[in-house]
Formats: sequence, C-alpha cells, structure tokens
Amino acid sequence: MNRPELVCPAGTPAALRTAVDAGADAVYCGFQNATNARNFPGLNFTMPEMERSVAYAHAHGTKVLLAVNTFPPAGKFPLWREAIDAGNQLGVDAFIVADIGVAEYVVTTCPERRLHLSVQAAASSPEAIRYYCREFGVRRVVLPRILTIPEIRAMGQEIPCEMETFIFGNHGLMVEGRCSLTNYVTGLSTNMDGVCSPASQVRYEPDARGGLESRLGAFTIDCFARTEKAGYPTICKGRYLADCRTGPYYAFEEPISLNLSMLLPDLIRSGVHAFKIEGRQRSRAYVKSVVSAFRTSVDAILAGSEPQLDDLVALTEGRKQTEGAFKSKAWR
Amino acid sequence: MVTNEFPPPVRAALSVALLPLQPLLGRIVTRIAARYPEILERLGPHQSTRFVIEPTDLPFALLLRPEPGDLLLRAYPRGEPLACDARISGRFMQLLRLIDCDEDGDAMFFSRDLVISGDTEAVVTLRNALDDVDGSVATSIAAMFGPPGRAALAGLRRFGGWSHRETREMP
Repeated sequence: MNRPELVCPAGTPAALRTAVDAGADAVYCGFQNATNARNFPGLNFTMPEMERSVAYAHAHGTKVLLAVNTFPPAGKFPLWREAIDAGNQLGVDAFIVADIGVAEYVVTTCPERRLHLSVQAAASSPEAIRYYCREFGVRRVVLPRILTIPEIRAMGQEIPCEMETFIFGNHGLMVEGRCSLTNYVTGLSTNMDGVCSPASQVRYEPDARGGLESRLGAFTIDCFARTEKAGYPTICKGRYLADCRTGPYYAFEEPISLNLSMLLPDLIRSGVHAFKIEGRQRSRAYVKSVVSAFRTSVDAILAGSEPQLDDLVALTEGRKQTEGAFKSKAWR
Repeated sequence: MVTNEFPPPVRAALSVALLPLQPLLGRIVTRIAARYPEILERLGPHQSTRFVIEPTDLPFALLLRPEPGDLLLRAYPRGEPLACDARISGRFMQLLRLIDCDEDGDAMFFSRDLVISGDTEAVVTLRNALDDVDGSVATSIAAMFGPPGRAALAGLRRFGGWSHRETREMP
C-alpha cells in the first residue's frame, strides 16, 4: 500500500505553520496577486513571507507547492513569470500550474522543479493528461472532482504520472478552469484574476426577522431564512426564481462540502499518490482541525487499524457534506 | 440578528457607564497594533475602514478604525446610530473564539452564528489579518492585564469549552 502525501492549504504564514505542525506532508500556497486561484483580500504571501515559510516547512520536512494556477491574459505574462522566478529562487518543491504557457516557462527556466497540473486545467481524460506529461514533463495531476473511484483506478493505469485527489473542502463541479459565471456578473475572472465572487462585490443584507439576503454585484443570489444554514456567495450555489419551477431552487449546485473520510482506504488502494485538502481561504482553526483529522486517519489506515474519523461537519459549507462523484455518478 | 435597542435615556446612562472602559480600549488597540504590525500591513486599503463589532448579547458595540497614527477602538451603547463601513455581529463568546483563533469564521458564517453586513471585502481582509498572528490577539489582550487578565481569559475558555493552541513563531 503506497503512502499518500497529505497536501494541505495555507492562506497565510501562520496557517502554513499550523498545517506543518498538524502533520502536512506538503503545503500549497500562493503569492498576493492574480497568479493564484485564491486571490482574496488579506490572503496569501509576500516574497519575504514566502521565503521564511519555505524555510520553516523544509526545516520540518514538509514540502511547499507554489500555486501559480491561473491563466495569464494577453500582455500580462510578466507577473506569472515573476512568480515562477521567485518560487524557483526560494526553492519551492513544485509548481502547480494550469496554463500551458506557464508550464512551458517552468520547463524552460527551471526544468529541475517538479510540475503539478492544477485542477484548473480540467484534465479529466488519459489523453489530456498524457499530453501535459509528454509536452511539459508534468509529474502529478490534480484530478477534477468528477471521477468515480473505479475511474480513478483505471486512470492510474493509463497515465505516466502521479494522481492527486481532493478529499475535503469546496465541492464545485463547474468545469474547473473554464467557469465564467463570476465574469458575467462582476467583470472579474475566476481563472485569470484568481477570484470567484470577489468580496468587493458581495453584500449581505440582514433583515429584521433574522433572514439574510446574499448579493453579488447587482444580483440577489440567495435569501436565507433565520434558521437556514448559509453557503458561499457564489453564483453556482445560489437559489433562483425561474418560470420552470415553483419557488426558488438551486439551479446549479447546493452549498455543500466534499468529505471523503470514509473513502480513504479505497482511494489508497486505487493508487492515489496525494490527498488534497481545499481551503486556502479558511482559518488556522480550520487548517488545524482538518489536517489533524486526516493525518490521524491516513496514519491509522496505513497502520492497518480502523481510522478514527473526527466529525468535520461543523466546518462544511451549508453544514452539509457529500462524497460526490467519487462514490457514484448518481450522487445528485 | 438580535439588535435590542435601548431607549435614549438608557443609552445616555450606558454611555456614562462605558466611560471608564474607553481609555482601556484605547490602550488595547494601541498595544495590539504595536505587537502585531503585520495586521495593519495585511489590512492595506482597509486601514481607514470603520468596523462596528457588535456582541449581540452585550449592551454595547465597539467601533474600530485600525488606521496607523489614528487608531480608534471605542464602546457605544447598542442602538447608538454609528456611521460605519462594515458591521460584524455575533454572540460575545463566538467573537472571542474568533480572535482567539479557535473558530473558523466561514464555519460561523455558514451556521449563521456570525452576521456581517456592509463592506464584505473589508471584513474578509480583517478576518485574514487577525488570523495571521502568532499566538492570538485574545491572549495578548489578556496579558496586558497580567495574571488577572490571563486568569479571566482562561476562565472564559473553560466556560466556552475550548483551549487555545499556540502556533509556533516564525524562526
């Protein structure tokens, strides 16, 4: 049985240290700009912070994976080039990229660095993945959350690189790296600006009865009654009024989080090389709880004992969790 | 959101009652800004934002403006009409857990224990800035008041059912 790497999120240096201390094998993080897909206000790393964080992680035997996983718009490539150059200079262990131009730049300037293919590349077929491996020497692919475990096992037989799967966190099934819902409403791009539902255009309006209206740009995307759990203010998880339905309904997806605690043994047997925890935008408290829980579970499975699974539902979106397509394509 | 407002005479009395608190709050915000300059750095353009922090189970709200050189933290009776850019509301113990880095702000939002309104970007930035500190802001505030302060925070943690976990400092 292979020992899967636990890849954990860090939105700040303190979160990185928390992840390292909680048992992360690798931490992924990004710079404070549009080069990464969590370009949120007050989040991410300056160059000096990244330097100190890489040193801290390496001193504790933890790898640092630099997310440079957005798509540079024409004429703005220098920012992405600077991020790669900085990561190379600081000695990060791998780059996580989605764009073929960025991948080419890594291969050309620092071929000794590992290249991981971001989920933002939406590579979900053996043909697509083999293309990235052949052309850019990709060593690991982060699989989109649309494959069943048997499909992942079969994929592993057909590709020449490692596989990484999400095991906890955001469960967004729009075609990753291709979703433009935010663009239509806000004018900013998830894939090029690195921000889905920019906070500057999000407004919450509480009402006197304890309800909450969630708005993005000029649109109301959900209204929560006093006792209802809430979700992120993303278009794909909003409730809408449409002529074809009576009352508001989730036109795309529901607020819900992925939790594959119970499927870890199957995933390990399927040859998955790394487990990814989503949530660079989340707090140190989240990082500590989730990383610790999965560290304990993975170690228990590898030791041949029953995993002790902490209840993580309190940290899930809408306080709901799913095994999504990993369990069955009929999950909805 | 619970927003029991007090009639004007009660608010006036509360304002007087809060007077001894104001210099303490001023000292707290000054000390925290000095201890954690990285908080102000992360706030960036939101240093001049006026945040109202409203413990819904206490009779007062706090007005915070984290502007270097012109820091402001002041208590007002709940219901006082305060000009602000962003408002953060929740029960006192939940807010304390947030600044003690023991609770995830997104999870509190999902469960509706935390209500925010106004400038969401400012609130998200403040949340991220407060989360990127060594130790916790709550610990530092308690330490300002010596052993009684630390004992009070320890008592609140016990009462709330959590124990603070320190992060290691950057080498």
